[in-house]
Amino acid sequence: MKTKESTAAHSKRGWKQRAYQSRYLLMMMFIPFVYLIIFHYIPMYGVQIAFRDYNPYLGILKSPWVGISHFIDFFTSTYFWRLIRNTLAISLLQLLLAFPAAIILALMINDLENKYFQKAVQTIAYLPHFISSVVVAGLVLSVLATRTGIINQARHALGLGEISFMTKSSYFPFIMVLTEIWQNTGWGSIIYLAAMTAIDPALYEAAIVDGASRWQQIRNITLPCILPTIIIQFILKVGGLFTVGYQKILLLYNPQIYENADVIGTYVYRRGLMGLEYSFGAAVDLFNTVLNLLMLLTFNAICRKVSDTSLW
Amino acid sequence: MSIQKLSAGDKAFKAVNGVVLILFCALILYPLLWIVSGSFSDPFALMTGKVHLLPVDPTLKIYKIVFKHPDIWISYRNTIVYTVVGTFISVCLTAMAAYPLSRTEFFGKQFFTAVLMITMFFSGGMIPTFLLVQKLKMLDTIWAIVLPGAMSVYNTIVMRTFFISTIPKELEDSAFLDGANDIQFFWKIVLPLSKAIMAVMVLFYGVGQWNSWFSAFLYMSSRDRYPLQLILREILIQGNTNISGGGGGDNDLIGEGVKFATMVVATVPIMCLYPFLQKYFTKGVMIGSLKG
Repeated sequence: MKTKESTAAHSKRGWKQRAYQSRYLLMMMFIPFVYLIIFHYIPMYGVQIAFRDYNPYLGILKSPWVGISHFIDFFTSTYFWRLIRNTLAISLLQLLLAFPAAIILALMINDLENKYFQKAVQTIAYLPHFISSVVVAGLVLSVLATRTGIINQARHALGLGEISFMTKSSYFPFIMVLTEIWQNTGWGSIIYLAAMTAIDPALYEAAIVDGASRWQQIRNITLPCILPTIIIQFILKVGGLFTVGYQKILLLYNPQIYENADVIGTYVYRRGLMGLEYSFGAAVDLFNTVLNLLMLLTFNAICRKVSDTSLW
Repeated sequence: MSIQKLSAGDKAFKAVNGVVLILFCALILYPLLWIVSGSFSDPFALMTGKVHLLPVDPTLKIYKIVFKHPDIWISYRNTIVYTVVGTFISVCLTAMAAYPLSRTEFFGKQFFTAVLMITMFFSGGMIPTFLLVQKLKMLDTIWAIVLPGAMSVYNTIVMRTFFISTIPKELEDSAFLDGANDIQFFWKIVLPLSKAIMAVMVLFYGVGQWNSWFSAFLYMSSRDRYPLQLILREILIQGNTNISGGGGGDNDLIGEGVKFATMVVATVPIMCLYPFLQKYFTKGVMIGSLKG
């Protein structure tokens, strides 16, 4: 009894002492902490409106509790499968095309021997990342425009008919993915290039002595060495499968092509904020967040099992 | 013999690699060049599809129209204010969190790290955040633009990793022996040693704020407080190119040119900074990719 008391007292003193020793660091941390509570944790608490019928006059806590009825409304609505399908179509296409593109570009840049050429390619490839999404969306619309756009001018010159890209919905996923490749392939390659600089040059020297071709060096040295980076990036991408860049879609889409362009994020904005159905919108958004979290956790667990590489 | 054969294969590999990369660069640059050339061309040439690579009948006609537009100037000024204030707040918050989290002896390190990391994987979402901003009476003010997304978890981790790897414990110990406390040490020793990471952060947040449009789109309602990107959205996306003031019939004719010129005007500051951006952004990504 006595020993128990004294250890408790001891640990308590230790606790206070350690906190006191860190008092200046705690003071520094205090402002970001308060910031996080206000702008991140209060909205998390506010997410309960997804289970209520939010009424601005009653406030969050006094609005009537309706359980999961908004979720049921969403799951049974005609839009549910369309939104899931569109969201997945765009992000899977991105995973399939844009994700490997960055890896391939990194391998190609890494293979250049002329440092000036290498530097020039990198400078050009990173450039579009810094252009705002509004300008990129404007650029896409201008490039694809019917009369004045370069694509249709080229088709015209070849004697082909004009295509109205922004009114036919089946083009939309490809437009999104090509835009993503144009804007972010270079940027995405940096992380792989960084991983490649850490590879021991002796490995390549030994391979050359053994008569390995460049292709064999890439396959047997470079790729295995950057595999952990690839896996981490892959987990993060899969974890975001249901996010897609809805802000860019919001800029690019129009009612004529909702059939293929409307995704969960844009739907939350339109129904929830524009349509003032706050509770319904919050429910759809919450569903999306939880889905993403589950995907991330699942894929992280799978990767940890099969490859020893995971986020945590 | 076999070595020679392999090197022939390697030569082919190298050549293909170079050609594909040049094509890739051309594909990236071509639309940009087209926009710039188009903005300096005669509007009529642009409308009839005569601009392919270089400006046709070079003229500043379109820029004269764009610069006459008051919305462009007002929103440009707004964006500068939002970017300066927003970047300052963001960098301060990030540094104040990153430094304590980088110290091994920091009491509550695990707790605060968890508080930070959770926000990366779970959030209240668009609507609860909107209601909060509304409740705080921040709608249609600068605070709605600069506060809700002020602190990026990723950037905080990058900065923390930098502090862990550049500020050794011995330096801290010797400063404490001289009677300094954590805040004095941070202010007098750590900050001067961290100019590179500060530059990275200023550029990360600054470019992000300059290019951002969505929070303004959600929260701002007065047109005279719109940032540049929202005015751009009106012009580029909604096709509201009738900015010559008096309206008139040649709007259709100059419409496309006005779009091109506004894209150029909005992107020029970023492009002027591009050499720094490239250097420091790359550095930031490199630090971020270290396991910290």
